[in-house]
Amino acid sequence: MEIELLRTACMCQTVICCRVTPLQKAQVVELVKKYKQAVTLAIGDGANDVSMIKAAHIGVGISGQEGMQAVLSSDYSFAQFRYLQRLLLVHGRWSYLRMCKFLRYFFYKNFTFTFVHFWYGFFCGFSAQTVFDEWFITLFNLVYTALPVLSLSLFDQDVNDWWSFQYPQLYTPGQLNQYFSKRAFVYTVLHSGYSSLVLFFIPWAAMYDTVRDDGKEIVDYQSFALLAQTCLLIAVSIQLGLDTHYWTAMNQFFLWGSLSVYFAVIFTMYSNGMFLTLTSSFPFIGTARNSLNQPNVWLTMLLTSVLCVLPVVAYRFLRILLWPTINDKVRYKVRQDKVLPPTPRRVQARRTSTRRSGYAFSHAQGYGDLVTSGKFLRRTPKSRPALFSQTDSPLAQTQPQFYRTISEREEPPLSP
Amino acid sequence: MMASNYNAKEEDGHQPAAIGHGGAGTVKNKKPDNTAFKQQRLPAWQPILTAGTVLPAFFVIGLIFIPIGIGLFVTSNNIKELEIDYTGVDMSSPCYNCSQSYSWNSTKPCTCSVPFSLDQPFESNVFMYYGLSNFYQNHRRYVKSRDDSQLNGDKASLKSPSKECEPYRTSDEKPIAPCGAIANSLFNDTLELYYIDPNGSRTAIPLVKKGIAWWTDKHVKFRNPGGNDNLTVVFQGTSKPVNWRKSVYELDPSDPDNNGFINEDFIVWMRTAALPTFRKLYRIIHKKPNMTPTLPLGQYILEVTYNYPVRSFEGRKRMILSTMSWMGGKNPFLGIAYITVGSVCFFLGIVLLIIHHKYGNRNHSADIPS
Repeated sequence: MEIELLRTACMCQTVICCRVTPLQKAQVVELVKKYKQAVTLAIGDGANDVSMIKAAHIGVGISGQEGMQAVLSSDYSFAQFRYLQRLLLVHGRWSYLRMCKFLRYFFYKNFTFTFVHFWYGFFCGFSAQTVFDEWFITLFNLVYTALPVLSLSLFDQDVNDWWSFQYPQLYTPGQLNQYFSKRAFVYTVLHSGYSSLVLFFIPWAAMYDTVRDDGKEIVDYQSFALLAQTCLLIAVSIQLGLDTHYWTAMNQFFLWGSLSVYFAVIFTMYSNGMFLTLTSSFPFIGTARNSLNQPNVWLTMLLTSVLCVLPVVAYRFLRILLWPTINDKVRYKVRQDKVLPPTPRRVQARRTSTRRSGYAFSHAQGYGDLVTSGKFLRRTPKSRPALFSQTDSPLAQTQPQFYRTISEREEPPLSP
Repeated sequence: MMASNYNAKEEDGHQPAAIGHGGAGTVKNKKPDNTAFKQQRLPAWQPILTAGTVLPAFFVIGLIFIPIGIGLFVTSNNIKELEIDYTGVDMSSPCYNCSQSYSWNSTKPCTCSVPFSLDQPFESNVFMYYGLSNFYQNHRRYVKSRDDSQLNGDKASLKSPSKECEPYRTSDEKPIAPCGAIANSLFNDTLELYYIDPNGSRTAIPLVKKGIAWWTDKHVKFRNPGGNDNLTVVFQGTSKPVNWRKSVYELDPSDPDNNGFINEDFIVWMRTAALPTFRKLYRIIHKKPNMTPTLPLGQYILEVTYNYPVRSFEGRKRMILSTMSWMGGKNPFLGIAYITVGSVCFFLGIVLLIIHHKYGNRNHSADIPS
């Protein structure tokens, strides 16, 4: 019987359940959760909505007239229903984008770091000798790459909030799980494999059996470690720069700052003073001074960075050109609009409060008028693309769901 | 009361102040600040990969890399290098007998002579290296087996070396100076060069043994305990490494600045190599003051005092003579790599330009699907 209800309900655009007890509200949510395998969101403002809020994946409570019960049991809370639009289309979307970028970058950075050691194993008798300096290994995730990633995951946006409202279609990649999936993870691993090959074998070949320009040693373990670790850090930093779409001052400061901190730290750690104070902890004395003044070391670093980054740039350029995603299209439009300033928006007149008592909507004002005008009933429904893939359980065989796009239109004033 | 709360709700949505509740204090306004930082409106640069930025970048990189590559390749080709493998693997090679008959305890060292010829004269400073193959100086246990404090002249470490040096820490109840496997396996072949005149007489070529180690190594990292004098006294109570024939204070008794831990051959050896095939600077042949080449073309002889056994692990020993340039020794890889990457980049730029012209314009002006 409940399958019938679900199937029927999913064929409708909107379903109104009235005179339901709190338990039944929760049961409706759980029904959708169980059979539709979809992510559910429940929003309510009273104590009778608490069970529904807790049953859904995301619970949103509205604070205000009915008290704080809903707020206390919810994941998100705000004061007016209309803020739901901002929560989903702006903050939820940005949050998903940031998390996915962060995860992909973090896996890339650490896999590259580890695979370089794997390749070195073939050349050191598989004795687990590290290619990098031990201090670098300690500070890599802690100092040199921590703050830039943090700034990426705090500040990155693809488009700003106004544009997010203009194009709610930007929300669909999140629903379709496009940015971080098993496939994306495999691509990240392959990308790391390629980067690690470049980051180890280019320095290996460039330094094979060679010396400094005054004849002295340059392929000793310490100089090679310094070269490999600097190449790695530059390559992952440039990759972060490519991933960042929104460069605030903080991003710039953290990224360039981390690179400068790296050079400052190595010059300090490899200085005479540190060696003489704590001899066994800082055996790399003199390495930075003796190898970083060699042109072929810098040329090797330039070659590795370019070779790591160019395929990524070429691939992304081609993808934006030939198979642009919705994000690419909107970003391109944003840029075009910046070049030609947009026509100023007509300011929507604020409606005076004409609260009608007969409707149980918890929307903000505006849509009540829309319903009573009967306009949307007369309009032929356009067919919309399916937003949910067919992952229903066999028990619930339903049609694909259609969702109405929220767009702001000028409403003709209606007589009350 | 209801009316007043009702009105308050019509506003922006901040929490209505608890006016009617006994005046115990207003509820704190939890509205976040309307600053650019907290409302995520910070000014930012938003770059996009468009054809206008990517294609010129590819062409520029291609145009920069190709000349650099050509420069590197030409420089590398102009460096002159000669390599002689004197391990003595074949029966016909001069050092075959020495390689077979190695024993630790023999007091009479085995010598062999390897003749070679130069078809081009070597100009400017010529550097003489010894090279080893299949020698894993980068094996982890080997790399850790040293005591940097002892090598820095710390007297406490001299008498009681670090545990990392095991099993080369003590011998005959006495601490080993210098301890560790790296020091123990010091390269001890002696190489000498002679030039054979066209009329048959041999001239020894002057080989300089100072100035082969890094300045920081020689003057900061390695120090003799208690200064450079009276080393025999200072090293009393320590024993020499197991595989050495002489003690550390006998490495170069004629020059106190090159004796003990600061002996440059020792320092060069202690700077462990990163790869299993490596070369280490042995001697320098300084350029002659007038315009004569440092090593004229002709016949030469390399006299080897064959002390170092490498046959047991299939290693190889070689002697290398090489001139220098601003990019170091002869290594054509960087030049070839730059030329390859530059051309690939340029070619890729052209391909992307073609793709952009044919297919690019239709997609950007496409409608954003609703």
